[in-house]
Amino acid sequence: MDNSEKLALGLSGLLLVLFFGAIMYAAVAKDIDVPTCITDMDPFVTDTLFQTGPDTYELQMVARMWAFQPSTVRLPVGSTVDLYVTSQDIIHGFKVEKHNVNLMAIPGAINYMRVTFNEPGEYMYACHEFCGAAHHTMAGRFIIEEDIDEPEMDGGSL
Amino acid sequence: MGDYTFRFSKSEKRLVAVLIIIPMVLLFIGVYGGLMQTLFRAGIIQSDPFVGGDYYKGLTFHGVLNAIVFTTFFAVAFGNALIPYSLKKNLNVKVAWTSGILMLVGSVMAAIVILMGEATVLYTFYPPLKAHPLFYIGLTLLVVGSWVASANWVPMYLQWRKENEGKKTPLAVVGMFTTFIVWFIATLAVAVEILFMLLPWSLGWVDEINVMLARTLFWFFGHPLVYFWLLPAYVMYYVFMPKLAGGKLYSDMAGRLVFMMFIVFSVPVGTHHQYMDPAISSQWKLLHGIFTFAVALPSLITAFTLAASLEHAGKLKGAKGLFGWMWKLPYFKKENWFFAYLITGLIIFIFGGIGGIINASYQMNTVIHNTAWVPGHFHLTVAGPVMLAFLGGSLYLVGQFLNKTIRLKTWAMIAPYIYTIGLLIMSYGLKIGGLMGMPRRTNTGASYANPDSVLYQADWMPYIDLTVIGGSIMFVGIVIYIISFFTTVFSKSNGPEEDAVVTFPISEPLHDEPSTWLRNFKPYIIIAIILIVLSYTPVIYDVLQATYGGSLPFSPDSPVPLR
Repeated sequence: MDNSEKLALGLSGLLLVLFFGAIMYAAVAKDIDVPTCITDMDPFVTDTLFQTGPDTYELQMVARMWAFQPSTVRLPVGSTVDLYVTSQDIIHGFKVEKHNVNLMAIPGAINYMRVTFNEPGEYMYACHEFCGAAHHTMAGRFIIEEDIDEPEMDGGSL
Repeated sequence: MGDYTFRFSKSEKRLVAVLIIIPMVLLFIGVYGGLMQTLFRAGIIQSDPFVGGDYYKGLTFHGVLNAIVFTTFFAVAFGNALIPYSLKKNLNVKVAWTSGILMLVGSVMAAIVILMGEATVLYTFYPPLKAHPLFYIGLTLLVVGSWVASANWVPMYLQWRKENEGKKTPLAVVGMFTTFIVWFIATLAVAVEILFMLLPWSLGWVDEINVMLARTLFWFFGHPLVYFWLLPAYVMYYVFMPKLAGGKLYSDMAGRLVFMMFIVFSVPVGTHHQYMDPAISSQWKLLHGIFTFAVALPSLITAFTLAASLEHAGKLKGAKGLFGWMWKLPYFKKENWFFAYLITGLIIFIFGGIGGIINASYQMNTVIHNTAWVPGHFHLTVAGPVMLAFLGGSLYLVGQFLNKTIRLKTWAMIAPYIYTIGLLIMSYGLKIGGLMGMPRRTNTGASYANPDSVLYQADWMPYIDLTVIGGSIMFVGIVIYIISFFTTVFSKSNGPEEDAVVTFPISEPLHDEPSTWLRNFKPYIIIAIILIVLSYTPVIYDVLQATYGGSLPFSPDSPVPLR
């Protein structure tokens, strides 16, 4: 190996270590993580939304061909949602626009992520895994508003 | 171009030609499917005007024919050409033809059921969507055929080692064996998935399937698959490109190190495709992320070594200064059309590589997972450097093995540049769209890009339109290539077949070190197996622990299970 090669190899290694350091910083210091194994939750087949604290909610969402249940969720600004997602038929995907929530909805498994809505507005979630002939129509939305008392959801099984 | 020539038997030549020409027809069907997809996504068409069927059927044959069928055939044909040539030994033609026939029968079988609309499951064929059993059988035959082809090279290589003790294995042979070692390890998982899970389930012998387990086995295969695509292109970059540029390979050892690193790190990385999946603990996902960064290292070494080789070539031609060499390379020389396919691919791979590191970056994957960013990314890799190198390689191989002069060389030389322009435009549209939240694998034309739909997303439209423009330019590039390719195939050959010999532009190394520690595959294969066991045991354990129930099969057309 000549010197230029050694330098290139060293810099490449350093670059990757730097990138990796950034990942660890985000994971450890900022607590930004990817979904993990959920084993302490009973399988659910219907969707539910309930309040667990002053600004916290738990939402159990069911994806199916070709709709999310619920398809509309109305929550006050500042809500933090513990979001559980599963599928009752084939594989679906769930991503909330403008938020770092991205979950695969897979039959036989429960996926989880926590999300906080600090800004009022409408946030679409579209299915992003091919789930059959009408996949492109499978979407729903969070509606976040300043003044609501009761959280609501539509298009669900309630 | 090259000095050394090798005489292939008539049967060997015919086999290589068949393994290139038939997949080229299938590739063109797939490319047509690609163009249709951009039109579907923009809402310009609602059903396929020629083949019939919807967006998702087109997406299935686009993915299967281009990414799985064409690539596998090329890798096998390229090995059948380069390994005998480099080792100076003829193939066992009976075994080689058996492999070729298995692959052809399997691919045609899979293609027919897809085109009949019986296997609209995309190229990832995730259960519980069920395809026709012939789809799974066809893919199995394709894979088994490729195993047979590579097994055929092993005794040739062992014999060569015996006869050439103490000599370094030619770099081309190291590269091709690396390609197929990675492929063999990877396809074992998908073979288990297909033979023990999908096939019995699709035939109705078992009722239910564990979807997460099947998916995890798929990605055990799915990521090394991309290196299986990439490695033959790397062989062309390391072995052919320096010579085509008029220079030498900067470092022979770098090439050998890169190939061995691919053997070690290609497989224990698959879970980075499943960062957003349930039922796998995040620490194991992180472990796969670390290994993914390790597998980025050989590509960074490659970037340096190839740039250094090209710089050396430029300086031999009198280039001065730090960047002068860049202007001395044979970009637009029609006699050197092959160089155009390799340099365009390398330029595209700068963007492809950066995108890949972003995707692998754990939490950052949340932003782009399953958005249009992802096809934007992999068109810059598999449909960029891989596709271009394979197209250039295919044209070179038919010229050599059919003993024909390449026709329409200017067309052949210009096609990769046109394709590259289109590709950069299309991928830019997909990537930005993806960052805005546009999902991948979605017929946006029928909803998000339809002004009459409640789901209409006006701000995505400029980027969807860019994919139509880029995709159309790519299609024009491929048509120009195909015209040159088939004009060459159907032209008159250069004289009697018996005299024809084959040559390849094999580069000499500039720095040639003994690199004794890189001469044997065995230690690297052992390290690879250890890493695979360490990284996949906990993942499989998690999947089995955290999933419940099984899944009945579904058709894409109905929410009611098939039984």
